[in-house]
Amino acid sequence: MQQKEPQSSLERQIDENLRKVYQRTVEEDVPDKFMDLLKQLKDQDSGND
Amino acid sequence: MTDPATPAQADPRDEIIEYLPAMRAFAMSLTRNSSAADDLVQDTIVKAWKNFEKFQQGTNLRAWLFTILRNTFYSGRRKAKREVADVDGAMAATLSEKPAHDGRLAMADFEKAFVQLSDEQREALILVGASGFSYEEAAETCKVAVGTIKSRINRARQRLAEIMELSEDEALEMTDSATTAVVSASMQARKTVA
Repeated sequence: MQQKEPQSSLERQIDENLRKVYQRTVEEDVPDKFMDLLKQLKDQDSGND
Repeated sequence: MTDPATPAQADPRDEIIEYLPAMRAFAMSLTRNSSAADDLVQDTIVKAWKNFEKFQQGTNLRAWLFTILRNTFYSGRRKAKREVADVDGAMAATLSEKPAHDGRLAMADFEKAFVQLSDEQREALILVGASGFSYEEAAETCKVAVGTIKSRINRARQRLAEIMELSEDEALEMTDSATTAVVSASMQARKTVA
């Protein structure tokens, strides 16, 4: 399925804003706490083995 | 026992890391509150980790993670019984952005409109419109038919357009009166010079 072209300028603005809202968070650095959590989970697993 | 940091043998679960930024962005669009979003991502990571054997290797990890995330969000919400989303939080942070009354819509206007959508419309729009999911992937993530996703997106767009058209009119009015003020001021000035 092809992405349809945005018909109106309003629609283009909707898409633009949508991506902006999203990108803002995507581009933030992932907080360390998530990496720490993953590491913890991993350590737990290897501890259980 | 000392655990000599074993060189990471490829753990498929390590791939979760790649999707953390996208998960945060999706969580943010659902919760509209950055601390709630981070809690949600954290819960999702733990669930995904513990249930990873249920993930079928070679299938779509992103969709799988997003499904866990939204299930976690909706079940948490049922528990919390319609807790009011913190509109004053993250989304409102951008309200301080300078208003762009030049016919282009200010981000703040968009976000005000965006929060008026239903959760289902918002998530469909974010998945397809922003995170680049195909309709099929979004349908898989939300466990609904592809047609349902399409109609949610259409209705969401329509609703946004309606809300934003109103604020666009207001913005244009403001621009007009501001322009008139500037123009007449400079006319005055010219008259004085002449």
